[in-house]
Amino acid sequence: MSAPPLTRGLLGTGDPSLAAHLAAHGPLTAVPDLAGVAADLTGRGGAGFPAARKLRAVAEAARAAGTTAVVVGNGGEGEPAAAKDATLLSRSPHLVLDGLQLAAGYLGAGTVVLAAGSAALPGLDRALAERGDRGRVRLVALPDRFLAGEESALVAAVDGGPALPRTKVPPVRERGVGGRPTLVQNVETLARLALLARGDAAAGHTLVTRHTAGPHGRVVDVAEVPLHARLGDVLPLHGGTQAVLVGGYHGSWLPTAVAAEVALDRAGLASVGAALGAGVLAALPGDRCGVRETASVVGYLAEQSAGQCGPCLNGLPRIAAALELLARPGPPRRGLLEDVQRWSGLVVGRGACSHPDGSVRFVASALRVFAPELSAHAAGWCTAAPSSAPFLPVPGGTR
Amino acid sequence: MSERLRVDPIACTGHGACADLLPEVVRLDEWGYPLLTAGELPAGLHRPARRAVAACPARALLLERASTPGPRTAARQALPGQLTGSTQDRGPQ
Repeated sequence: MSAPPLTRGLLGTGDPSLAAHLAAHGPLTAVPDLAGVAADLTGRGGAGFPAARKLRAVAEAARAAGTTAVVVGNGGEGEPAAAKDATLLSRSPHLVLDGLQLAAGYLGAGTVVLAAGSAALPGLDRALAERGDRGRVRLVALPDRFLAGEESALVAAVDGGPALPRTKVPPVRERGVGGRPTLVQNVETLARLALLARGDAAAGHTLVTRHTAGPHGRVVDVAEVPLHARLGDVLPLHGGTQAVLVGGYHGSWLPTAVAAEVALDRAGLASVGAALGAGVLAALPGDRCGVRETASVVGYLAEQSAGQCGPCLNGLPRIAAALELLARPGPPRRGLLEDVQRWSGLVVGRGACSHPDGSVRFVASALRVFAPELSAHAAGWCTAAPSSAPFLPVPGGTR
Repeated sequence: MSERLRVDPIACTGHGACADLLPEVVRLDEWGYPLLTAGELPAGLHRPARRAVAACPARALLLERASTPGPRTAARQALPGQLTGSTQDRGPQ
């Protein structure tokens, strides 16, 4: 696969310096109505919540509580298949910091935090020093866990505790960092705010992390693509592509023919039961087994459960174990698929965070899309070459 | 006054006292965690519901005034009579 067409937008030229940033984008000017500017912008952290509504909700909560708000830039990209936020932070840190500055200005925030994996922090510290903002923005290192970027887990980490989700009552927008109303905004969303504030039409593009098969194994890259694009024009799909994973490990598998034609925007993906989520697009090559890939990922997801909520703690490991069995060629135990479906129903909507819901959405899509593979397994054979390594990345993956 | 039961899923450790005291609207899943009948608490169950709330050793069962649900909460709400876990306000996150 050839190098991706890196647009000059969010990913810049590769020079992360303030000078390169100012040369490309010019200085940041004050924006009287940031929420108005952000009218068409949706959050890029996974949930796709409208940025303007979130800005206004936090401003309102701070007014109601008679206190100052906190702003947290969320660079916690716990999704193993996603690299777009890390790439953005290393290539264009000043766009993210501009967005943080804009959001803090809009809310009159007293505390401004940028949280990210520890590998990103030295570069961010250099960027802050260049701007003379070292005292104004606190950098927080996040653990390398799937749920570390979950909003309430992030708040817990910023407050100095373990990065574990909490119940959403009261919501973070009302009681977040230090008990104060808190805006948690994904770093790509912040960078897009910085472009919108300069009059660029940045709301219609998005960053995606692509996984495709190359001659020497899996190729991973990050690209900025228009949301109205066909998925098939953004992700190279070869004749051998079996299925496409959209959104990441809380996302959905789609049959290749369906994925190729769908538009990447919210409505387009929703029409086929998918969402862009963490911006992951993966084309599963023909010589891999989709059930095996799914089992490996779900094993990881079960292990990454915070273990706080009974249904998730009990359900995900059982689902993962059943998928391990279904991933092996040979007739499965009677009722195993029905067990997976019943357990899936029992975990949905019963966690403090969306981890169980996202995990079983991923499982359900796999059972739909890989139904022929499941039948093949029941009949004693498997599509994948026995020696083939898993395609999708799973940390510590020995499964 | 209309009220609604909610489980704090983190606090809940699956003692099951709620299902013993309030079998009309709480049953346990196969791991011992409560499944609540969705919607407002039926009339006549307010006193036993209060007893169940007080009896929960983990203080995980909550009785709340049924407020107007936000759009996303409404979408998550099951039909009356259907079983659900804890319905939570998942407004702006």
